[in-house]
Amino acid sequence: MNKYLLTLALSTLSAVTFAQATISPAKKQTQTIAITGATIHVGNGTVIENGTIVFSNGKIVSVTAAGAVPQGGAMEIKAAGKHVYPGFIAPVTNLGLAEFESVKATLDFQEIGNMNPHIRSLIAYNTDSKVPATLRSNGILMAQITPEGGTISGSSSVVQLDAWNWEDAVIRTDDAQHINWPVLPRFRGGFGGGRGGMGAFNPEALQERRNAAIADLDAFFAEAKAYSEAKPDVVNTRLAAMKHIFDGSEKVFITANSQKDIVAAVNFAKKYGITPVIVGGEEAYLVTDFLKENNISVVIKQPHSLPSSLDDDVNMPYKNGAILANAGVNVVVSIEGYWQQRNLPFMAGTVSAWGLDKEKALSTITLNTAKVLGVDKTTGSLEAGKDATLFISVGDALDMKTNNVEKAFIQGRDINLDNLHKQLDRKFSEKYGLKVK
Amino acid sequence: MKKILLTLALAFSATCLFAQQTYPVNGSYDNRPGQFAFVNATIVVSANQTISNGTLLIKGQTIQSVGAGTAVPKGYVVIDLKGKFIYPSLIDPFTTYGLPEATRGGAGGGFGGGGGGRQSIFVSTKKGAYNWNEAIRPETEVKGMIANDSKKADDMRKAGFGSVNVVNRDGIARGTSAAVTLSDEPENNNMLSAQTAANYSFSKGTSSNDYPTSLMGSIALLRQTYYDAQWYGKQKEEYNISLEEFNKQQNLSQIFEVDGWQNILRADKIGKEFSKKYIFKTTGDEYQRIPEVKATGASLIIPISFVKAFDVEDPAEARSVSLTQMKGWELAPTNPAALEKAGINFAITTTGLDNIRDFWTNIRTAIDNGLTEKQALLSVTEVPARLVGISDKVGTLEKGKLANFLITSDNLFKNGNIVFENWVQGKRFVVNKINTTDLRGVYALNVDGIGALTLKITGTGGGSAAAIERSGPDSTKVTATFTRSGDWLSINFNLRKNPKGDVRLSGYVTSASPLTFKGESALSDGTEGHWTASFKEAGKEMPRREEPKPALATLGTLIYPFTAFGTAAAPVQESVLLKNATVWTNEKEGILQNADVLLEGGKIKAVGKGLSAGNAKVIDATGKHITAGIVDEHSHIAIAGGVNEGAQSSSAEVRIADVVNGEDVNIYRQLAGGVTTSHLLHGSANPIGGQSQLIKLRWGKSAEELKFGGNDGFIKFALGENVKQSNFGSGARFPVTRMGVEQSYIDEFTRAKEYQAGMAVKGNNVRRDLELDAIVEILNNKRFITCHSYVQSEINMLIHAADSMGFKINTFTHILEGYKVADKMKAHGIAGSTFADWWAYKMEVQEAIPYNGAIMHNVGITTAFNSDDAEMARRLNQEAGKSVLYGGVPEEEALKLVTLNPAKMLHIDNRVGSIKAGKDADVVIWSANPLSIYAKAEKTFVDGIPYWDLDQDVIVRKAQQGERARLIQKMLDSKSRGARTQRPVFEAPRLYACETLEDYSAELTELERSHSHE
Repeated sequence: MNKYLLTLALSTLSAVTFAQATISPAKKQTQTIAITGATIHVGNGTVIENGTIVFSNGKIVSVTAAGAVPQGGAMEIKAAGKHVYPGFIAPVTNLGLAEFESVKATLDFQEIGNMNPHIRSLIAYNTDSKVPATLRSNGILMAQITPEGGTISGSSSVVQLDAWNWEDAVIRTDDAQHINWPVLPRFRGGFGGGRGGMGAFNPEALQERRNAAIADLDAFFAEAKAYSEAKPDVVNTRLAAMKHIFDGSEKVFITANSQKDIVAAVNFAKKYGITPVIVGGEEAYLVTDFLKENNISVVIKQPHSLPSSLDDDVNMPYKNGAILANAGVNVVVSIEGYWQQRNLPFMAGTVSAWGLDKEKALSTITLNTAKVLGVDKTTGSLEAGKDATLFISVGDALDMKTNNVEKAFIQGRDINLDNLHKQLDRKFSEKYGLKVK
Repeated sequence: MKKILLTLALAFSATCLFAQQTYPVNGSYDNRPGQFAFVNATIVVSANQTISNGTLLIKGQTIQSVGAGTAVPKGYVVIDLKGKFIYPSLIDPFTTYGLPEATRGGAGGGFGGGGGGRQSIFVSTKKGAYNWNEAIRPETEVKGMIANDSKKADDMRKAGFGSVNVVNRDGIARGTSAAVTLSDEPENNNMLSAQTAANYSFSKGTSSNDYPTSLMGSIALLRQTYYDAQWYGKQKEEYNISLEEFNKQQNLSQIFEVDGWQNILRADKIGKEFSKKYIFKTTGDEYQRIPEVKATGASLIIPISFVKAFDVEDPAEARSVSLTQMKGWELAPTNPAALEKAGINFAITTTGLDNIRDFWTNIRTAIDNGLTEKQALLSVTEVPARLVGISDKVGTLEKGKLANFLITSDNLFKNGNIVFENWVQGKRFVVNKINTTDLRGVYALNVDGIGALTLKITGTGGGSAAAIERSGPDSTKVTATFTRSGDWLSINFNLRKNPKGDVRLSGYVTSASPLTFKGESALSDGTEGHWTASFKEAGKEMPRREEPKPALATLGTLIYPFTAFGTAAAPVQESVLLKNATVWTNEKEGILQNADVLLEGGKIKAVGKGLSAGNAKVIDATGKHITAGIVDEHSHIAIAGGVNEGAQSSSAEVRIADVVNGEDVNIYRQLAGGVTTSHLLHGSANPIGGQSQLIKLRWGKSAEELKFGGNDGFIKFALGENVKQSNFGSGARFPVTRMGVEQSYIDEFTRAKEYQAGMAVKGNNVRRDLELDAIVEILNNKRFITCHSYVQSEINMLIHAADSMGFKINTFTHILEGYKVADKMKAHGIAGSTFADWWAYKMEVQEAIPYNGAIMHNVGITTAFNSDDAEMARRLNQEAGKSVLYGGVPEEEALKLVTLNPAKMLHIDNRVGSIKAGKDADVVIWSANPLSIYAKAEKTFVDGIPYWDLDQDVIVRKAQQGERARLIQKMLDSKSRGARTQRPVFEAPRLYACETLEDYSAELTELERSHSHE
């Protein structure tokens, strides 16, 4: 740890000080705060110009146009010309389960085994990771910490990103089970071009292997459902962990990208009375009617991707989200990885650039996400009664050119926006006598 | 010895035409005169000469005479071929006939992601005085490996072949091939030429050495081998069997097996460099770039194997089939015709066919697609004979040549032609009995106890299948089993009722005209009787299992490149006035509002307000932003066959220039992101990587035309975890620490200086070393370094190494800790190209920060943002925008991070990087501020040509959709007409990043082998 202890000092927004380890979680909100004069992006598609948002004891009290600062010692933050957003939510991420991708010792997101519903991400979530602080400063204040691998990867939990430990961090425990729909492997193209076929493998055999994997999943679900219905003779932790997906208290996220796999995955879940959330959805735009009819939310793969097929519209990954959302599908925007999550706002910005209304694009990383994660009662939008998890940006937070988070609150707590990167920036800017911002 | 005796015994039992002089005989000699006269035949002497009613005389294995009206001398067996044809038997110039199946050596088989299979085998494992690298094996001689293969010989003879050239398809320098006939005589008698050609490829085959792992490595190795051999010939210190043989083979024909037309051009470049004229064995896609292939002047050996149609009944699965695959399916059969039309000399090989029985079907498909019969005949007789130097013996029916000929029922290429006999070296091999009566037709059949029926005889060889029909009350139609032995036949069928059970007929031909049969019948109840059949009329043959014939008129057009978004006609350069835009000049004028930019002749003609259009087309750019095209300092797109040649700590000899791939769709995708110039780099697997290549994204142009032109050469160096193989590999290759990395450089530059000094001494026989040549260029400031780098200690080290060895570092690329040594870089005038915000993906980026770019820039370093990623390169403008977020770089300066600054570090800022009169017209029109997430590239010009146009893209995609639909329909039609299909399998495009390791050469070998199974 001492590698990172560059200097020791209190870290606040104004002080020129270093050391990630001293970026402490903020204390509880004690004073009512009113942000005034801001453009308030509610998260549900509406905007309030010259708005006032008042929050107290961690909860939003009111959101009004040109509202007054409440009497009795409320602190006013003047934000004229600035923007207030609900905290962004990063879905389906291994944040806090990984520190350095190439260093095995720092990786805690993929367990051995194929059917792992009993695996739970929450208890491995590392609040001391240096990554979350680099996300908060771009407005990402919550995340769905998600295990990976196998056919059933295990349960995710939703956390906020300013905590002493995972117990403090959690917003919703075991919110969803994550399933990888068995797919056919994809092959890399040949060298010469113009030559069909790969010669060395057999498509029928691959198809059979995939079908067997789906049959395994089906058998597992059938047994798990039966297991959940009566008190079993033998205890099976794997089967037991499936209980809540059948009573609806835990959601099911299924990763599927091709149109066939998306339909197959949804129909599979429906058979067990489950309305799944589709993750990935590269070809979801081809089955929008199906998704709408079945009321399926889609967590789309990051728009900053290459097209899935050679012949696809080169801009299709940018357009997918807007096509779906404009057709009436509940779209959630995601980005792969953990450190990459700081670019989540720009994913939504891309969806907006390629056809979706800006405020609706905002919903794809706030309210839509909260709904899919089952936390929309307390967060996801700036509405009275919800958590005061929000931030002030000088400009449009969905655009990297203008995203400039000045202040952020999680459940009313005024969080520290410093991070390792800002600290190193200051350290070396000072070395070279550059102007420190 | 026992084995030899056995062979002899067999040979004698079949009679021997020409004894092996040196072999003893067990028993009395049985040497026969072997004198035959073939009379009254239509003799196709060669593609240019046909004799009607001619006579062919042969004696032993030799043709005595060919002509019309020749008197047949006494002592000849006379064979009357009235109405029949004689052709020279066919020659396959590229086979593996008679060779043992190659087995892969001990290691190196693994490829892909982690380089898991890499064993670190540095030099040859072959014992003896051979070349250091096992893929260079010119000492291999097919003449000593070949053994008769009676099964395969029989198959080939049945298809009409009489002789073959045999190539050992293993290695880069593969040694000599040999030509043999397909006789079943002992090998001593079959050899036509023991050394037909020296053979080459880019595939390392069974070599167990790691090197080369990439296509560019294969190219470099072959190039170096030519130099090694030149040096070897002038020295006396060491003996090397491989180089000795290599030198001896230089006067033979040189056959080069390549994969795809681009590799024809790549190999041809090597050929030109060393004054070699290669004959190319190709994969049959030359039709895609006929002019370029023709320009090589090379003769070709082409396959006649065509891709099966894809099964596209399921639209979702049809999506997995790319336009390239679909068009390839449609157009591949036009390849022979296209080559003929272009006047390219080519022979045809059966290599690549799934089954030799497809040979004639495919030849006829090629003829249906425009190949002339004359050229077809040339390509399977005279041309291959000439190419492999056996035309003095085979290929035409001329006096003195071998008696290798076919007797056929008809024109060789006519559908339904029957090959009766294939004579090889004067020995008869019967394919179909020559005097067999053609029994095909419809007959009135009468069977005792059943009555009148109709018999239909169909099939090949004068009848091979039968069906029985009955009309009237119990009308029925059944298939019969039909067997025939000469004029004897037996027919079994089951009418199901009246009577029940099998009816068995056996009989013989009783009269030839009209054809009548009679014989005995047996019913299932034991009743015996007689039957007769008499000819009523000729039957109608139903073509079966034939690929449907595409009508020439319905073929799709060629597109450039041969992939999605390729176009038949290239976009043209035009004069354009872009009016009333916000122009980011990157010059002292700064950002101009409501300004115009005039493009003319591929250059920027003028920049300013209120420019007059003259003849130029006016594009209203009100509300738009115009910038210089994006320059990506670090890219790995448009590269074929691997980006890393990582088997050695220095691979300075390899050149991306050799493997530029103009067919990569990422070129188009990146134009859509405003990129106009890309610096294609070798990967980062070793301290000294390969020489890089700068390209412009001229979509649709060939590899050579993509090259930027007139620019300084660069080379990739690398530091850190990749070069020390922290995360992959066996860890056996030096270096594995940053300490070792330093010494890699010290050693290389020390050797380069010694080499340079040695070269400078007149009369020295210094071995030309392509690796050290590149290093010498660096020392002489003729080649410039861009070095992959992460942490400050190693950056500092390289700066010191450069100072001590006397070389300069031009750029540290994707340097993520540049901010820690910015002062040192500044002092040394070193540029920094970096990622905007990457970190945490490995240990050495634990302190990578997004403020890195801003700090370097503020210190005064020429700073750029690069991609190293085919996806990110599509939005480098947005990455530049992140420098506003992280570090507050002014917008004008931020844009320069991806335009002018990389141009400066690549020494091309005199040509590109800003909007200035006189510079190249590489210009982008953006829908909004280019640093914003909301900006789209609406038009991207390279040299004034709009290669990307957001509106045009819609039209291109629509046309593409139409073309796909047409081809899908055509495949469905083909399937419903009985053509064989294959299931679509999704092939994801190949993408490279710095760390991509794969064994191209090994993979290519696998591919070749999977395609050579017969």
